[in-house]
Amino acid sequence: MSTMVSAPAGWEMVVGLEVHVQLRTRTKAFCNCSTEYGAAPNVNTCPVCLALPGALPVLNAHAVELATRAALALGCTVNPMSVFARKNYFYPDLPKGYQISQFDKPLAEHGRLKIGTNAEGTGITVGITRVHMEEDAGKSVHDRYAGATAIDLNRAGVPLIEIVSEPDMRSAEAAGAYLRTLKLILQYVGISDCDMEKGSLRVDANVSARRAGEVKLGTKTEVKNLNSFSNVERALALEFARQTELLERGGRVEQQTMLFDQARGVVRPSRTKEGSHDYRYFPEPDLPPLVLDAGFIERMQTSLPELPEARRSRFAGDYALGEYDVDVLTSSAELADYFEGVARQSGDAKAAANWTINGVLTALNASGDDIDAFRVRPADLAALITLVRDGVVGHSAAKQVFAEMVRTGDRPEQVAQREGLVRVDDDAALRGWIDEVLAEHPAEAQRYLAGEKKLQGVLVGFVMKKSKGSADAKKVNQLLASRAQG
Amino acid sequence: MSERRAARPPETSARGIAERVRDGDITAERAAREAFVRGDDARVGPDGLNALLWTDREATLDAARGHATESDFVDRGDLAGVPIAVKDNIATLTLPTSCGSRILEGYVSPFEATAVTRLRNAGATIVGKTNMDEFAMGSSTENSAFGPARNPRDRSRVPGGSSGGSAAVVAAGMVPIALGSETGGSVRQPAAFCGIVGVKPTYGRVSRYGLVAFASSLDQIGVFGATVDDAAIGLQTIAGRDVMDATSADVPVERYVEASGASLAGLVIGRPKEYFPDFLDARIREKCDRAFDAFRKLGAEVRDVSLPHTDLAIPVYYIVAPAEASSNLARFDGVRYGLRVPADGLAATYEATRSRGFGKEVTRRILLGTYVLSAGYYDAYYKKAQQVRTLIADDFREVFASGVHLLFTPTTPSPAFPLGAKADPYEMYMSDIFTATANLAGVPAMSQPIGAVDGLPIGGQLIAPHFDEARMFGAAYALEAALGAEALR
Ligand SMILES: [Zn+2]
Repeated sequence: MSTMVSAPAGWEMVVGLEVHVQLRTRTKAFCNCSTEYGAAPNVNTCPVCLALPGALPVLNAHAVELATRAALALGCTVNPMSVFARKNYFYPDLPKGYQISQFDKPLAEHGRLKIGTNAEGTGITVGITRVHMEEDAGKSVHDRYAGATAIDLNRAGVPLIEIVSEPDMRSAEAAGAYLRTLKLILQYVGISDCDMEKGSLRVDANVSARRAGEVKLGTKTEVKNLNSFSNVERALALEFARQTELLERGGRVEQQTMLFDQARGVVRPSRTKEGSHDYRYFPEPDLPPLVLDAGFIERMQTSLPELPEARRSRFAGDYALGEYDVDVLTSSAELADYFEGVARQSGDAKAAANWTINGVLTALNASGDDIDAFRVRPADLAALITLVRDGVVGHSAAKQVFAEMVRTGDRPEQVAQREGLVRVDDDAALRGWIDEVLAEHPAEAQRYLAGEKKLQGVLVGFVMKKSKGSADAKKVNQLLASRAQG
Repeated sequence: MSERRAARPPETSARGIAERVRDGDITAERAAREAFVRGDDARVGPDGLNALLWTDREATLDAARGHATESDFVDRGDLAGVPIAVKDNIATLTLPTSCGSRILEGYVSPFEATAVTRLRNAGATIVGKTNMDEFAMGSSTENSAFGPARNPRDRSRVPGGSSGGSAAVVAAGMVPIALGSETGGSVRQPAAFCGIVGVKPTYGRVSRYGLVAFASSLDQIGVFGATVDDAAIGLQTIAGRDVMDATSADVPVERYVEASGASLAGLVIGRPKEYFPDFLDARIREKCDRAFDAFRKLGAEVRDVSLPHTDLAIPVYYIVAPAEASSNLARFDGVRYGLRVPADGLAATYEATRSRGFGKEVTRRILLGTYVLSAGYYDAYYKKAQQVRTLIADDFREVFASGVHLLFTPTTPSPAFPLGAKADPYEMYMSDIFTATANLAGVPAMSQPIGAVDGLPIGGQLIAPHFDEARMFGAAYALEAALGAEALR
C-alpha cells in the first residue's frame, strides 16, 4: 500500500464484499447483441436492449451455464429454481426503467471461499451469501458534450453475476486476499476475464467497526468507486480509520454510501442517498422461473476444471515444487497447463518449472503476449529439456536455442543444428579451439601453462565463447588440465 | 339504431376473400381496396366511428400488389389477400404504433410483432391501426388520447374496450379479422358489445413479441372475427411457439377451423353460478339460457358448477395489472423515443414528459401500481393478490378436473353503455367482472353473439382448459350454427 493509514487500537474491522463480474459470453443476457468491448457507442444494441415498446427478453443459455459454473466453483448450492426480478428505478442509462436481476430467489447460495491460512496453519474462509444473475446498465457520459449527458447502451444487457460475501473479513488485507482468490477462480473456470479496467469486475465494500471482542456488528457504510484491488485495500483502511476516529470521539457512524477518491486519497460521502431508494422488486413476468434440473447442475459440476487451491496442493505434492514456484505456476490456469505439459513430456518437473518461470514468463513479459499465442509449445520446451539432459545441448547453448525458438517457433533440434549449438565433445575439434584460444591469448596461456591454475576458468570461458557455447565444458576443462600437466 | 345485416355476405369473410384471391378472381390489391371502400361506407375514420387511427392507403395497396408479384406462396396462404386491422399497441413496420397515447404519438416501430409477421406470411394485408384505450387501460375506448371510438351498432354507445377500435372495424364490416389484445377482457368485452366474435387464447399461446406490454403476466394478443370461422382462421395463423417470447408455449397448434362440425355429444358444459348473480340483467340471463338449451339439443350436458373465488378477480386484477404496468411503462421516459418535454434537469424532464404524455387513467394506474409494490405495502397488496390469483386459477383447475370440459357464461353484466355513462372508474372496472378471471388463470376464453337486448348485442362466453382452444372452437361453431339469425336477436 502506498499510504499507510493508522486507526486507533482496540477496534476490529468487519468487511463484506459485493463483486459484480461480467460473464464471458459472446452475446448479451437477453438479446443477441454482441458483448464486444470498445465498439462505437450504441452499435451493439437492438429493440430488446434499447427497451423499444413491445420487445421482450429471452435468457442467454450460455450465461446460465457460466453463472452456474461460477456458483459451483465457489462452493455454492445451486437452487433448482431461481426467479428473475425487476429492480425498478429511473435513470437514462437504464432503458427499461428497471434492471432484470434476481432478488429473493437467487441462482445460488451458501458458498465458501478459502483465502489463505493463518499463523496457526488453519484455513481462513469467507462465506459466500449468494450468487445471482443480472444485467448491466448502459453508460452515462457526462464529460463529452457541454451541458448534456451522452448515453451509450452497448453495455446495457451485458450478463453479470453478483457475488455477495458474508461480513467475514477482518482486515483490508483479507479483503484483498478474498478478491485475488475470487478472481483467480473465476479466471480458472473461464467465467470472466475479470478485467477491472474494462469494468468486467467491480467491487463494492461494506465496512463497519466494532470494539475488539464485541459480537454485535457496528453500523456499516458502503464504499464505492473502487477501481483496483489495492484501492479496495486503501479505501477500506481509510474508511475504517474514519469510522474508528469518529467512534472514539463518541460519534456515530451514519449508514451511507462513501466514494473513494483516488486522486486525493480520501473517502467522502456520496451525494446520492442510496438507502432512500425503494426498488419495488417483483418477479419478472417476461421470464419464466429459471429451472435447473439435477442433470444440468451435475454436468456443470463435472465440467469444472481443477480449481487453484487443488492445483496448488497437487503441484506441491506431485512435483515437489517450492511455495514460490507453486504460486507463480498456478497464477493462471493457462500457465499451469503449460507447465504441466512441459513437466509431463520432459519427465523433469524441476527443469520444467525453471524453464517456465525463467524462460517462458520472462519472454512473455518482454513481448506482452498471451501464453496461448506463445510460439514455443510445451512439447518443444520438453524436447529442449530432454536435449540438455541427454547432453546434446549444453546449458548455456540451451538458452540461445530457446531464444531462437521463441523467435521462430522452430523445434529445438532444428535450431541447435542450424545455429551450430549441438554440444561438441569431439577431442579434435575441442583441441583445435583450445589451440586457437592459447594462440590468441599468449600471456594468459604462458602463465597458465606455467602453473597458474586459477586461469583455467578464464581460458575455458574463451573456448566456450569461441564455440558459441556448444563445446562440452567438462571435456574442455579436462583437455586444458592435461595440457598444463603435459 | 341500425340493425346490422343478419348474415354477412360470404365473399367478405376471411375464407371467402382468401378463396377468391387464391382462385385468381380478385387480386390482393383489389381485396384491400374493397376493404377501404367498406370502411369508408361505414365511416370508420375519425369523422365517424373513430375506430381506425392510422392508415396509409397507397402504401397498403402497394404492399398488397407486392404480394401478387413477389411471392406465389403468400398468394396461396390461408389469408391470401385478407384485409386485417391491428390494434394500435401491436408493432407494425410502416404504420405508427402509438398505443392510443400522446407519449407515443407518431412512433413507428423498427420491428414487427410476431403475430403480424405470421398474418402477413399467410397472405394477409394490414390495412390500419385501430383505436384503443390508452395503453389498453380501459373498457370503453374512451381513454384514447385520440378521442373515443363509437359502437357501429349504436353510435351513441361505446364499442367496449380496450380493443374497441378493432371490434368496431370488424362489426362495421370493413375487415373480417382484427387483432386486439387482452389483459382483463379487452377483446371479449368489445366483441360482446359489438356483436362479433372475440377470442383470448391461453396465456402463452400467441407470442407477445411486439405487443406493447401493459401487464405482462396477463397480456395476450387476441383475435376478433366477424364469425367463429374468421376468428378460428386468425388464431390458428398467429398461434404457436416463438423464440422471441420466453413465455410463449411449445404446445402444438391445432387447425381450429377443423373444429367446425364437431359433435357436442357427451360434452359437459359447466354453468358457474358466480357468473349468474342476482344483479345480472334478466334479459342477458334469458339469452344465456337459450344458449344452454341449444347446447343441450346438440347433445351436451349442462352442469351447475361453482368457481368460489370469482368475486375476488376484480380486486386482484386491479393490483396485479397496475403493478406490472407501473414497471412496464417506465421505459416511456422521453430519453430514447416518443414524446420528450424538456425541463430543468433530469427529474423535471421525466415529470414533464410523463405528466403530459400519459392520460388520467394511465397515470392513475401507474400510481396505484407503484404504491402496491412499495416497501411496506408489497406483502399486503401484491403478494396477497398473487396468492389469491392462485386460488382463482385453482378454481378453474378443479372444475375442469371434475369432468367439465367447458364453461359458458355471459361475457359482460350489461350491453354496451352510452359514451360518458361510466365516469366512476370503479364502475368501469366492474364491466370486466366476468372476463378478468380467464386472464388471471391464463385459460382461453371467447365471446360470441347470443342475442340482442333493445337492439344491443349480448355476448356469451366459453371458457376452456389451458390450450384446449380446439374444443372451445368446436362448441362455438356449433352454437353459432344452432342459433343462426337468433344470435343477433
Ligand atoms: Zn440487444
